[in-house]
Amino acid sequence: MITLNINGKPRQIDLSTDTPLLWVLRDHLGLTGTKFGCGISLCGACTVHLDGEPTRACVTPISTAVGKKIVTIEAINQDATGQRVQEAWLALRVPQCGYCQSGQIMAATALLKQNPKPTDTDIDTAMSGNICRCGTYCRIRAAIKQVAGLTEVRP
Amino acid sequence: MKKPLDCPELNADTWNSGDSLHIVNISRRTFLKDLALTGFVLAAGFPALIRADETAMPSEKEKYGADAMPHGWVDNPLVFVAIAGDGTVTIICHRSEMGQGIRTSLPMVVADELEANWLHVRVEQAPGDERRYGNQDTDGSRSMRHFFMPMRRVGAAARTMLESAAAAQWQVPIEEVHAEQHQILHPATGRTLGYGELAEAAAKLPVPARESLRLKNPADFRYIGKGSLRIYDGQDIVTGLAQYGIDTRLEDMLYAVVARPPVFGGKVLSYDARDALKVPGVVKVIELPSSPPPADFNPLGGIAVIARNTWAAIQGRKALKIEWDKGPHGNYDSVAYKAELEAAARKPGKVVRNDGDIDAALQGAVKRVAAEYYAPHLAQAPMEPPAATARIVNGVCEIWTCTQAPQVSRERVAKWLKLPEDKVTVHVTLLGGGFGRKSKPDYVIEAALLSQAMNGRPVKLTWTREDDLHHSYFHTVSVERLEAGLDTQGKPVAWLHRTVAPTISSTFAPDSKHQMPTELGMGVINVPFAIANLRIENPEAEAHTRIGWFRSVSNIPHAFAIQSFVAELAAASGRDPKDFLLDLIGSPRHIDPRTLGDTWNQGESPEIYPVDTGRLRRVIEAVSREANWGRVLPNGRGLGLAAHYSFVTYVAVVVEVTVDEHGKLSIPRIDIAVDCGPQVNPERIRSQLEGACIMGVSLATLGEISFKEGAVIQDNFHTYQLTRMDDAPREIRIHLLSTTEFDIPLGGVGEPGLPPIAPALCNAIFAATGQRIRQLPIRDQLRKD
Repeated sequence: MITLNINGKPRQIDLSTDTPLLWVLRDHLGLTGTKFGCGISLCGACTVHLDGEPTRACVTPISTAVGKKIVTIEAINQDATGQRVQEAWLALRVPQCGYCQSGQIMAATALLKQNPKPTDTDIDTAMSGNICRCGTYCRIRAAIKQVAGLTEVRP
Repeated sequence: MKKPLDCPELNADTWNSGDSLHIVNISRRTFLKDLALTGFVLAAGFPALIRADETAMPSEKEKYGADAMPHGWVDNPLVFVAIAGDGTVTIICHRSEMGQGIRTSLPMVVADELEANWLHVRVEQAPGDERRYGNQDTDGSRSMRHFFMPMRRVGAAARTMLESAAAAQWQVPIEEVHAEQHQILHPATGRTLGYGELAEAAAKLPVPARESLRLKNPADFRYIGKGSLRIYDGQDIVTGLAQYGIDTRLEDMLYAVVARPPVFGGKVLSYDARDALKVPGVVKVIELPSSPPPADFNPLGGIAVIARNTWAAIQGRKALKIEWDKGPHGNYDSVAYKAELEAAARKPGKVVRNDGDIDAALQGAVKRVAAEYYAPHLAQAPMEPPAATARIVNGVCEIWTCTQAPQVSRERVAKWLKLPEDKVTVHVTLLGGGFGRKSKPDYVIEAALLSQAMNGRPVKLTWTREDDLHHSYFHTVSVERLEAGLDTQGKPVAWLHRTVAPTISSTFAPDSKHQMPTELGMGVINVPFAIANLRIENPEAEAHTRIGWFRSVSNIPHAFAIQSFVAELAAASGRDPKDFLLDLIGSPRHIDPRTLGDTWNQGESPEIYPVDTGRLRRVIEAVSREANWGRVLPNGRGLGLAAHYSFVTYVAVVVEVTVDEHGKLSIPRIDIAVDCGPQVNPERIRSQLEGACIMGVSLATLGEISFKEGAVIQDNFHTYQLTRMDDAPREIRIHLLSTTEFDIPLGGVGEPGLPPIAPALCNAIFAATGQRIRQLPIRDQLRKD
């Protein structure tokens, strides 16, 4: 039995400690906002925050998450930046199918908390680990810039 | 803020996670119960009325559009609208939401005609039941095209019933009252009645005759054509509460993954489950039978591992020892198959269109140009892989799944479980992408069989990404060979196109080796060029895997080849590609598609939907203007143009590229001009086109599924790569050709943006570098080391 701090609450987990955090969140705690996309850290759909760091839950054994603050999409609105990111996502109508957007929002929130005025290159670096099959990248970039108070430069 | 639906205590499908309450879906049964409990009155459940709709449809021989689809359309307000005593308007969406925004756009149409205030509208998803709702196959870019008018009538009929009820209560003629934003007004006296107050009386009135309905004047639309509404599910999506097929949770549920035969047509020879059963959490190992051909939507068979969570099931599957019989396709090899297709394309094949005398015209030509284009298999790879949850209680099977084909899922599950169809309910969740993959319910049947094997206990089946890429219904693989003869002015006088690709019909009739009319009608047989001597041939191609629909289907290879070849001809003639293309299309005219040999015409009436070369010309001219076509760019930069007509929509694209000295490609900008007729929700049209541009770039630069020894080589997103943000077009400019008319026919939106992207990109690369790409994907063909 180990204890994880998830969205500010202690949660008792009675599973083998090599179980990836993703499946504990989804199958045992019902926090299905964190998505499965690839299982091997290639698509970013499962991005959560571990002590504020964007982390792929699909390859994070729960043993390594012990003692860290785990935040998932379900609680990112409790963070001021997270809330602004969600609002920008709605205002610019970023999502299409929406499946990857939990991970995109978690990655964007982590970026903006660490770097409130990211350049295009910073955005590329922070966001290129998150695949969107529907193709919402231009709106994701615009939404990040909106939160950062930057306007899109058009040629 | 839209909250997940409340009243959980009434809903058996709710699962309380402790942190948040998730509603899996509201079943129709629960929905009806809600109606009874809360006094919803414009409610459902009058099958006689629905049958009346079906008899109202045109006779068999003249069916087109929605009339020609299984179970047609329904426009009964009692089926689609319910109004509660508090005024809440519930609108049913019967088409699947997979990112196209249909759960916003179709209910919005109803709400507009109903004069409902969108703030008081909630949307419910219909389960699979086409006799009740009309056709639910969410594919072919036709949800809005086929249901715009039925949904307008639904809203108008419900509005009329509310007006009648108010007029009766006030004892005034109905002409003196009108609906406005959730109220009926009587201007003469200043009286008003809210929709909630009128609902009960309105529900007792007869549904007005279809012919008597007064549809709104488009000038009075509040939502249609505006694009002002937010995405209905947006709030749930950004808070992680949106429920996709993979998110279903039921009490006492088990989790499953399946090891399927690596080669299509293979089966299990023997297996050893002892180690798998030792994995903590694994409950049971079950063999699923393979199905004989045709593939249809049948499960592939294999060995299923059932466990207490998904991870344990995946670990259990890894521990299985399975010996496979590869079956008849164990030698399928993409390198060898490409050579086969090329050989077939170099010999005459079945003639599917023949205008003039191609042989004489080619012989008499001043210049002959020929080229071959290759486009590989693709996997749809929706971000949410296929997933389904099933349970069977007292002979009733309930399924929750992400499907584009809810009715087909229901029919197939009933057949496999040997249950009457009315004992199978398919609840439709949100889809985390579809792109055609989720039109095929093999995974839904698998989940039902696994629940059956567990005595009806709920089982959630998840496909891993590897499963998804190994066992898709793949986009076809093709070689297109084109040859043209040019006259002294460089004008094409002869056009010979051989298209060779395994057909989707092989999935349903394994001996099929020729493309179907629906595939040939995707831009190859119905090519609208003004060339006197033209022949289209379709040599045979045998399928060695399951071939299926991928967003835009055969338009992808056809547009890639034709629009690349046109640019090659322009170069051979020393002419500007845009002027050359416009000349090839010729004067603005309406062409009856049947005169081109296209008997399909996207399922639409040839009279209502002729091929309109004027509209095709207009999108080309618009995109050229917007992209500033002809501007001079430095070395290594270029513009490429392509245009394509598909899903009865006209699209033209200009891609701008930069290719640096190492051969690295980047795409600063794409302009895309679209004429899709009336634009019901322009905002979601734009988002679909943005997505089409990126998916088009993705398949052109990176997309390839290939086979070796019968099995798919690519495993996951490191080998089947998709375009990421850093390589995506930096800017996409959408140019919707404006129209304020809403009585002209609608075109499709979800798919037609995709086909012209790859050829426009390759034409831009040619303009930038002089290098012609004839084989997709581009991958490292530009690299200079």
